[in-house]
Amino acid sequence: MNAAILVSILMTVAAAATPLLLAALGELVVEKSGVLNLGVEGMMLIGAVTAFAVSVTTGSPALGAIASMVTAAAASGIFAALTLGLASNQVATGLALTIFGTGISALAGAPYVGITTTRLGPIFPDALADDPYWRLIFGHSPLVYIALLMTLAVWWFLKHSRSGLILRAVGESDDAAHSIGYPVLKVRALAILFGGAMAGLAGSFYSLVVTPMWAERLTAGRGWIAIALVVFASWRPGRLAAGAYLFGAVITLELQAKAAGLSALAPEFMSSLPYLATIAVLVMISAGRRSIKNAAPACLGKPFRASA
Amino acid sequence: MFLTSRRRMIAGALSLAAASALAMPASAQEAFSKPKDQVKAAFVYVGPVGDYGYSFAHDQGRKYLEEKLGDKVKTTFVENVAEGPDTERVLRQLAQDGNDIIFSTSFGFMNPTVKVAKEFPNVAFDHATGYKKNDTNMGIYNSRFYQGRAVLGTIAAMMSKTGKAGYVASFPIPEVVMGIDAFTLAARKVNPDFQVQVVWVNSWYDPAKEADATKALLDQGADVITQHTDSPAPLQVAEERGAVAFGQAWDMSSFAPNAHMTAIVDHWGPYYVEEVQALLDGKWAPRDIWGGMKEDILEMAPFNPKMPDDVKAAAQKVIDETKAGTYEIFTGPIKDQNGELKVKDGEKIPDGDLLKLDWYVEGVKS
Repeated sequence: MNAAILVSILMTVAAAATPLLLAALGELVVEKSGVLNLGVEGMMLIGAVTAFAVSVTTGSPALGAIASMVTAAAASGIFAALTLGLASNQVATGLALTIFGTGISALAGAPYVGITTTRLGPIFPDALADDPYWRLIFGHSPLVYIALLMTLAVWWFLKHSRSGLILRAVGESDDAAHSIGYPVLKVRALAILFGGAMAGLAGSFYSLVVTPMWAERLTAGRGWIAIALVVFASWRPGRLAAGAYLFGAVITLELQAKAAGLSALAPEFMSSLPYLATIAVLVMISAGRRSIKNAAPACLGKPFRASA
Repeated sequence: MFLTSRRRMIAGALSLAAASALAMPASAQEAFSKPKDQVKAAFVYVGPVGDYGYSFAHDQGRKYLEEKLGDKVKTTFVENVAEGPDTERVLRQLAQDGNDIIFSTSFGFMNPTVKVAKEFPNVAFDHATGYKKNDTNMGIYNSRFYQGRAVLGTIAAMMSKTGKAGYVASFPIPEVVMGIDAFTLAARKVNPDFQVQVVWVNSWYDPAKEADATKALLDQGADVITQHTDSPAPLQVAEERGAVAFGQAWDMSSFAPNAHMTAIVDHWGPYYVEEVQALLDGKWAPRDIWGGMKEDILEMAPFNPKMPDDVKAAAQKVIDETKAGTYEIFTGPIKDQNGELKVKDGEKIPDGDLLKLDWYVEGVKS
């Protein structure tokens, strides 16, 4: 295997990891505020179809990516209104959001089936972006860099900013946060909107970068992997990025091994590897001193009603 | 039983008749031998109609049916039906909703269709690409996709510089194995050393994974990509990387104007019209249809103008001879992956064996 192939493989890993990382970062912030939103897949689809439609209409994929954040955040606003305003069950509402997103994206996307758009390609000059080696650093879609920068930003926000600490307080003990005067519902609403925007951006990665097209269920269940990644990373942004890239690597290497004719094992077994890896890591984390139970925000999934 | 009035007696008799009709349905022959004014037809798809591939092609067939028969047919469809227990639920629901005929369009729907067909003897069932039927109310239909694969294989071997094609495949079922074998046999007629590397993505439809598999195959030295999955994703990657590729189930050239050489186009419409017309006429009976290019169930999309003339001519020759019946790709001598002679010189693999094909020909790496 020569270096150019290795570069190509690593590029594929980054492309596989980026949408997972984007969506999972959003969900991480949502969960840190004490809300479980299982609607990631639906919001990703809404983002994907918006990004594609706007990109086709305006000819600008960048505008498409921005629009994807707006509509997906709007969809998460419905979730926020139901779970926060009406204290509905978060699991059921999140699942409903996924079903809603799948349906509405198929409906809205019907006129866009069978056409293609400009890829949201590299931003650096071609000399760097197309170089067989330098493209490893300069040849990615801007969303790849944004995902990594957002990891840093989310880490700093949760760890060092005042607002981040308030958000974590709300997620750990909503009653205590409420009693000292923090607006629990408002904080959670903002977190949910952020999660929606990130899921939308993740969706746009599929319809603008991986395969510049729209087709129903384009994301094919990646939203669920993003949710699993949050648990996998025990709610830490750094681990999340590592997890997303690890996951991307497992998916890519599985296919590379098959393409190289190396796979001696049944294809079904190879395809189950990413999931087996997830279970193995989860077991390892749970068995450790700091178990998942302790890492999870204490109020995760509990509706908040202000006591009088 | 004391019946006090004539009206109640009539009502009782009617309900008795209704009950017996439910318990002991009139014989299937009778249900299908009465001419009808309108037929309700239902379609069950494994993917979304917007996949622009396999399910899309079936849905084009449904639209063709509506267009041809107008008011005489009313159609419905259910998309994204998982292969397994969910299939039964959907089929049963459609049968209970009063559909006269149900087309279940994916291989994995076979056993559920057999089961539900038994429960509803008055409903006609047609199952695509499987091998189980019955004599009363379940027919099967299929397309000789492999004839198209042979055309693709011919083009692939003539246009490849590396002598290696990448095959993005879904599941190792006979239909897919048949396609891989036909593609490889045709390619090796042109270039006896041609290699076909298969990557299984274990899904009919997962654009991101299909794209990643294509990238992997191109990284590993393939310069022609063909697929037996349903999204245009592999084509887009091939376009980006300057490789040669083919559409699946439908003309996908809009996704890859340079890479797309041709496509196997599924043309189910005329068959659907035949089946529904037979019901309207009261002449329906389960059939076993396995048509190909000759029967117009299968067509090739127009060749890419960029394709060299000698390749066009060779591909057209395969098409013409297939239609004439003189080009049969599964004619011996055929060796398997290990170099063992499986089919003797001049012998043909019979249809029954093709439908259960589970071995790869020489040149396939999977």
